[in-house]
Amino acid sequence: MTQTRCSTIDRVRWGSESAKRNAMEIKRGIAVSPGVAIGPALVLDTEWFRIPQRTVPQNQVDGECLRLSVALAQAAAETRANEEAVTAKLGPQYGAIFGAHALMLTDPTLVQEIESLIRNENFAVEYAVSRTMRRYAKALESIEGGYLAERVADLFDIEKRILRHLLGLRREQLRDLSEPVVVLSHDLSPSETAELDPRRVHAFVTEAGGRASHTAIVAGVLDIPAVVGVGPFLTDVSGGDVLVVDGHHGLLIINPDEETLERYKHVRATFRSQESKLHELRPLPAQTRDGARITLLGNIEFPQEGTPCLERGAEGVGLYRTEFLYLGKQSHPSEEEHLQAYLTVLRTMESHRPVVIRTLDLGADKFLPLGVGAESSAWRAAPERNPFLGLRSVRLCLRNLTLFKTQMRAILRASAFGDVRIMFPMISTLLELRQCKMILAEVKEDLEEEGIAFNPRLPVGTMIEVPSAALLAELLAREVDFFSIGTNDLIQYTLAADRNNETVSTLYSPGDPAVLRLIDGVVRAAAKYNVTVNVCGEMSGDPLYTMLLLGLGIRQLSVTPHSIPTIKRVVRSATVEESVKVAQEAMRLETARDVNNYLREQTRRILPSAFD
Amino acid sequence: MNGPTLKQNVVINNPQGFHLRPMGAFAQLASRFESSVKVSREGQTVNGKSILDLMLLAAVQGTELMLEVTGSDAEDALSALVRLLNAPPEEETTASSV
Repeated sequence: MTQTRCSTIDRVRWGSESAKRNAMEIKRGIAVSPGVAIGPALVLDTEWFRIPQRTVPQNQVDGECLRLSVALAQAAAETRANEEAVTAKLGPQYGAIFGAHALMLTDPTLVQEIESLIRNENFAVEYAVSRTMRRYAKALESIEGGYLAERVADLFDIEKRILRHLLGLRREQLRDLSEPVVVLSHDLSPSETAELDPRRVHAFVTEAGGRASHTAIVAGVLDIPAVVGVGPFLTDVSGGDVLVVDGHHGLLIINPDEETLERYKHVRATFRSQESKLHELRPLPAQTRDGARITLLGNIEFPQEGTPCLERGAEGVGLYRTEFLYLGKQSHPSEEEHLQAYLTVLRTMESHRPVVIRTLDLGADKFLPLGVGAESSAWRAAPERNPFLGLRSVRLCLRNLTLFKTQMRAILRASAFGDVRIMFPMISTLLELRQCKMILAEVKEDLEEEGIAFNPRLPVGTMIEVPSAALLAELLAREVDFFSIGTNDLIQYTLAADRNNETVSTLYSPGDPAVLRLIDGVVRAAAKYNVTVNVCGEMSGDPLYTMLLLGLGIRQLSVTPHSIPTIKRVVRSATVEESVKVAQEAMRLETARDVNNYLREQTRRILPSAFD
Repeated sequence: MNGPTLKQNVVINNPQGFHLRPMGAFAQLASRFESSVKVSREGQTVNGKSILDLMLLAAVQGTELMLEVTGSDAEDALSALVRLLNAPPEEETTASSV
């Protein structure tokens, strides 16, 4: 055995690895946006390198090998410099990590392996690097006892460093995708998700994330299948591998066999035809069997989403999130940029349909902690120990008045052209609301002096998404025209459970009795002062809660466009009378599980296919 | 390659196994010699000058590794490498048999 040449053993081991890699693999995650997608993998790391499976003509092979040795030498030199710097600063035990990285970058086996992929398979150097590093990572992960598993991060770090030298300015960004792909990543920040073009990205799958993460919300809005929270899988996939994403069951299938592929092609076709059946509901009103009219509105992120909203039968926009005007920009958006975006939505809404514009609701969760997302954002939030309880949303705006007023001016100017309404997020005290309204009044005065047109009676609303606001609903109701219950944050703040933290996310349930009581209180308070209550957030788009919300007295729901037909179907199957009974009974139940089970049962009773 | 082939077995005594830092030191030291250095474990043979290869050996405490050094400076190389492997880790450990 000892006579065996190293390279032979390596090849044997890689060979069996590679055979295994071509076998079908199924990964389970959390289904957050329905649909089925079939397409080639695009593996992204946090720096948005795109590593396509690309081959080069024979005459470029030597050139690719040269690029490799230059990149490795540069990367190794950089790492040596890091080693020295870190050793001087923190001591040799930390510097040694970079020393090991430098050794890996000049590792003879590594170089041989990459070169042989270039020479034998004609792979482009970037792909050869990526594939080799991922094989090593996979091999390390599979070692029993996992004592080297954390070294996988080192390998990814090295890969990134090599690729940075190889790609330099040629690195492609997501928005420049030229062919349809399935995007795979450890995580996607909402701003990154926002860059996805639904025409180019068939689906995405992430290792991290939970059901109610903003990334999941954006996926729903973009109307592309998505699976999150899969856990580590990126080492199992290479760019270009064929994937099936089952957004109904939260499955990622790597290298599907013929049979599976056929089956999913069929599922995809069935889903599309079901979708078109739901579209048939479009001209029908969202009216209960006993004649109550429910207003169904759409939640949107981008101006272009007005169209899918209407296509699915929305009567207007109930929540226009404006954060994406701010993300991925080098500077704050100008008043003109705001205005143009708002006018685009208004034009789509034919001017007479309502458009509720929520002022900037930026939180720490919407930034990439590191990397391009944060760097290219207009500003970087100071690190906070508890960002969800920190300076975010309207609090941030009240500290950045120029920014706040710019947006208010644009909203007011837009109000001259259609049914625009302004809504303040994350209000937690009456004083905050008054401050917002005072600033709005100042901006109105300015516009008046400048002779710029706006709607002087612009309706003002507040989000109810902090428990304090829900409890003070009666006080708030006297000073606004409408409420919109933001269930995602309301649930998270009420149960003190981070909806993105998988270990506690079971605590997060819209059916929790505490949440029901808060919503009930808000509706009662609003009724006293004749204030409309809208419910936005995922709860309103889940057919499980439609009867409950109707029964509690809600007559307006704002949901992601793709949920509109589903919710309309439940509305049209229900009566107010039975919904009230259902809500009363649900209010008597003691746990979220009981509530959810009861609601499922009752919804199935009126519409057996409600959850299909 | 000209020169003798020398072999010696070494048991990993470090409670953390043959981990990143000693592997780095080993690969670095091995690379200084002209001789080829192979490290085997239960029939798996890898290049001793490659830190990545050494990682894949997954040598935890108690693993027996065989070093095989071929070349003009084989003798010096082998004794230096064995000395490195047998050097006590930062924590006090006593040599134990397999």
